[in-house]
Amino acid sequence: MRIHCPYCGERGVEEYSYRGDATVRRPDANGPDALERFVEYLHLRDNPAGSHQEFWQHLHGCRAWLVVQRDVRTHAIESVIAASRRVAR
Amino acid sequence: MMTETQPFRLATGGLVDRAAPLNFSFDGRAITGFAGDTLASALLANGVRLVGRSFKYHRPRGILSAGVEEPNALVEHRSGSRREPNSRATVLELYDGLVATSQNRWPSLRCDLLSVNSWVSSFIAAGFYYKTFMWPASFWERIYEPMIRRAAGLGRTAPAHDPDTYEKATAFCDVLVIGGGPAGIAAAVAAGRTGARVILCDEDFVLGGGLLGDKADIDGGSGVDWTRTMAGELAAMPEVSVMGRTSVTGVYDGGVFGAVQRVSDHLPEPLPHQPRLRFWRIVARRSILAAGAIERPIAFGNNDRPGVMLAGSVRTYINRYGVAPGRRAVIFANNDGAAGTLDDLAAAGVDVAAVVDSRDGSSAAVSVAAARHGVVMHAGAMVTQAYGGHGLRSVEILTSDRQRERISCDLLAMSGGWNPTIHLTSHLSGRPRWDEAAAAFLPGSLPPGMTVAGAATGNADLNACLASGAATGLAAAHDCGFSGRLPSWRGHGSGDGQCHQPVRPLWRVPGARGKAFIDFQSDVTTDDIDLSVREGFGAAEHAKRYTALGMATDQGKTSNVAALGILAEITGTDIASRGTTTFRPPYTPVAIGALAGHARGMDFHPRRLSPAHPFETEQGAVFVEAGAWLRAQYYPRPGETWLQSAEREVRTVRGGAGICDVSTLGKIDIQGPDARAFIERIYCNNFAGLKPGRARYGLMLREDGFVLDDGVTMCFSDTHFVMSTTTANAPVVMQHMEFHHQCVWPELDVQLTSVTEQWAQFSVAGPLSRELLRRVVDRQHDIANEAFPFMSAAQVTVAGVTARLARVSFSGELAYEIAIPAQYGDSLLRELMRQGEAFGVCLYGTEALAIMRIEKGHVAGGELNGHTTAADLGLGKMMSAKKDYVGRILAQRPALRDPERPTLVGLLPLDHGSQVRAGAHLVASGRAANLENDEGYVTSSAFSPMLGRWIALGLLASGNNRTGEIVRACDPLRGTESLVEICSPQFYDPTGERLHG
Ligand SMILES: [Zn+2]
Repeated sequence: MRIHCPYCGERGVEEYSYRGDATVRRPDANGPDALERFVEYLHLRDNPAGSHQEFWQHLHGCRAWLVVQRDVRTHAIESVIAASRRVAR
Repeated sequence: MMTETQPFRLATGGLVDRAAPLNFSFDGRAITGFAGDTLASALLANGVRLVGRSFKYHRPRGILSAGVEEPNALVEHRSGSRREPNSRATVLELYDGLVATSQNRWPSLRCDLLSVNSWVSSFIAAGFYYKTFMWPASFWERIYEPMIRRAAGLGRTAPAHDPDTYEKATAFCDVLVIGGGPAGIAAAVAAGRTGARVILCDEDFVLGGGLLGDKADIDGGSGVDWTRTMAGELAAMPEVSVMGRTSVTGVYDGGVFGAVQRVSDHLPEPLPHQPRLRFWRIVARRSILAAGAIERPIAFGNNDRPGVMLAGSVRTYINRYGVAPGRRAVIFANNDGAAGTLDDLAAAGVDVAAVVDSRDGSSAAVSVAAARHGVVMHAGAMVTQAYGGHGLRSVEILTSDRQRERISCDLLAMSGGWNPTIHLTSHLSGRPRWDEAAAAFLPGSLPPGMTVAGAATGNADLNACLASGAATGLAAAHDCGFSGRLPSWRGHGSGDGQCHQPVRPLWRVPGARGKAFIDFQSDVTTDDIDLSVREGFGAAEHAKRYTALGMATDQGKTSNVAALGILAEITGTDIASRGTTTFRPPYTPVAIGALAGHARGMDFHPRRLSPAHPFETEQGAVFVEAGAWLRAQYYPRPGETWLQSAEREVRTVRGGAGICDVSTLGKIDIQGPDARAFIERIYCNNFAGLKPGRARYGLMLREDGFVLDDGVTMCFSDTHFVMSTTTANAPVVMQHMEFHHQCVWPELDVQLTSVTEQWAQFSVAGPLSRELLRRVVDRQHDIANEAFPFMSAAQVTVAGVTARLARVSFSGELAYEIAIPAQYGDSLLRELMRQGEAFGVCLYGTEALAIMRIEKGHVAGGELNGHTTAADLGLGKMMSAKKDYVGRILAQRPALRDPERPTLVGLLPLDHGSQVRAGAHLVASGRAANLENDEGYVTSSAFSPMLGRWIALGLLASGNNRTGEIVRACDPLRGTESLVEICSPQFYDPTGERLHG
């Protein structure tokens, strides 16, 4: 697999490390149901057959964390953006 | 002249160099072939037809094919540590001095005692292992397995370390062409002429593919001449590389291909500085699969006799190698390829006894050819059985009017049609589809960017190959932004017509007698398929596993499709609905060495060395691997054991001063306006109050509430901190922090830089450490106790060089850590040791370090094991209640706050002489040592020189409330047990007075 790093260009998957679901956001630690929200944040994952948003890190490159939109059935990559450039909720 | 020793070599013809004889040996017999031969062609030229024994029945086997699909002619290539079992003689390029040995025979190839297996074969049919060796269980290891191992097997692996080297490389191109036959060449030329970057990979050692094996003419010249002209044109194109001896073995996502280049397999041994194999990762925008087709055998009785060959391979031995594979031939086919085979055999002077066409007399092409050569033609007939033990002597045919007839012959050229070589099209889960018209599986959905050309499309006629090659080559280049004209070539080959609509496939001959093999390498017969269906394993994937069909090193290249066809026949279904087995990489076997590349032995992973490694080596350090690092473990003096050395080092530190290299600790430079805010969220304890010039011990949790790592962080200003991590966790902590910075709190203005490699760092510990440092740190820096108290941190200079000094202690002694840019690390350590001589200083390693931290009850790897909470480690009070940090919320989960959780305790063996080892389990006194009673375990242990006895740390259920209790420390793995008393983990100087000295 090849991933296009916004900073370094297209590189082989061996330069990257995978973390997982990028749709989850760290909840408000002061919210009333913080414990439940954090359990969901850490452990509950959708498993869509299709397009999925994932965190990857360009570990052996510029070390940027990326949000990769990927079809998990075909491994086709639809988009890649730097995680730090994501618009806040 | 040489032909006298090569009785089956034709007087003329072929692409071998008769002026270049090559001597080789087979089973110790000296034989001669020619340059351009394979081992198989050279053996056939010399009349050697028996080359191996089969896997299960030890049946005599010869040469079936002339290519990578070969299931029978497997040999051990080379000898000694270079011995390579299961080498296919049909693709093994001959060189002077080649040594090959037959496999699976004992004591010799002609007299194989285990061929008795063949006579008892009714007992060892498919599924035999599963059924027979089930009972009694105790027989398996002692009797069955050794017996099977002796009888079965596919050659022997080399007995010693592989002396050769292997390489990996990466290449990029616009168009990758897989296969160097007419279609592949046409594609590469069409694409190359546009200026596109083209790579053509051909598994053979001569370009040309089917043009070498068949008689062909293209645009009035020979196929070989055309190939040479095109090869010259490709060689002259700067953007084109032709990689011969290179097999594309796998297709991966994103246009990535794996390929093995056999750099040295055709040489006696690799040239200096050359690898044996090079594994390529090829990244291509477009790819063209022009891998050709593989001919189908036909299942009839004893169809495995040496002398029964694939018809196309017979043509190849004649046309390419100038070898007649026999003197008197019978052709048995279900397609028009028989005509070309007959022409080529006749031209080579081989007597053709009969043509047996299984079709009902409808083929004009074959009848005409038979009439032209005056050969008897049997239409609608079948070969039912072959005769001859070590070599074919005759065949029995069943004519269309049901007469059985014996025809003497030593060669049978058979063709059951062709299977397009579409393996690579399904590596990304594409499903081949059955095409009734072609009576073959054709490519289904293709990997992105791939097109298929030539015989792999199901049409092997030369014109079609040239046209589809040119068209796909140009189209692929066009897709990459290049343009050019469509080349046009016209040709005709002796293989033409062979893929044309057999009326129906001929998988097996009805009424065949004797073993009719489908998978020659796994010794699977038609009867085995029948049995498999009878026993309920009729689905393709079940039958494959029940019979082991397609599971040998050839991966069923000549058998998978036939098995599907037979399954369909037996079950009365059509083959399309049986599906197909899935092709997976690699297409052909890949030596493990090629996949490992350089990552072997010392190069298995990088070795990280401390900047002071040279000095430590001079000082006699014994090193230990800590991750990728080599760390000094202890510094033995002559005659000292490791324990004596470590004890002396501890006593020297606690009695005076010692120096330990801690350069391997992770160091993360944290800068920016939000540096402090970020650290506050990463560590569970308070850093809001940490002032410049001070350092603080920090504890880091994972988001799930368990401890991740610990370390000291120095504050140099409100916007500049330097964090240290444990050696083992440095990469993980860095990644953890980068994730939280970039993905969770990108709004924080902070920069993180790993500076582990940039700074050498030494712990200077012991009551005299300050005096020692005073002689090394430049005089203007006041490091007196009052000016530089415990947990101070400062930028200082050493001989004018910027350094960092922190007063921190892992050993429990008055101690400092001094860091200096890495290039000065070795010099600084030498200077510290020189100045320390007056204080009796010594270097100490990780053993002494570990002893001292256990004496102090400090946690390290054994306790920071990913299963412990801050409270488990006695550090619960560090968790701030005033802020949010990673792990805060989930650390509140009930199970993590359970008062009965195992917590850190000290352990003292009642018997002072006895040793408690890490890993021993703790069981309440008087309870049985079993899983139900398990209450925890020993995490670290050491012999304490200061206490004069073994001490240990452990995690024990409700450990905080059990001080003074005696428990059992049971070590069933080593068969030891001792009684230990629970105590505080701080064994030495529990009040910490020495720290402040
Ligand atoms: Zn990058």
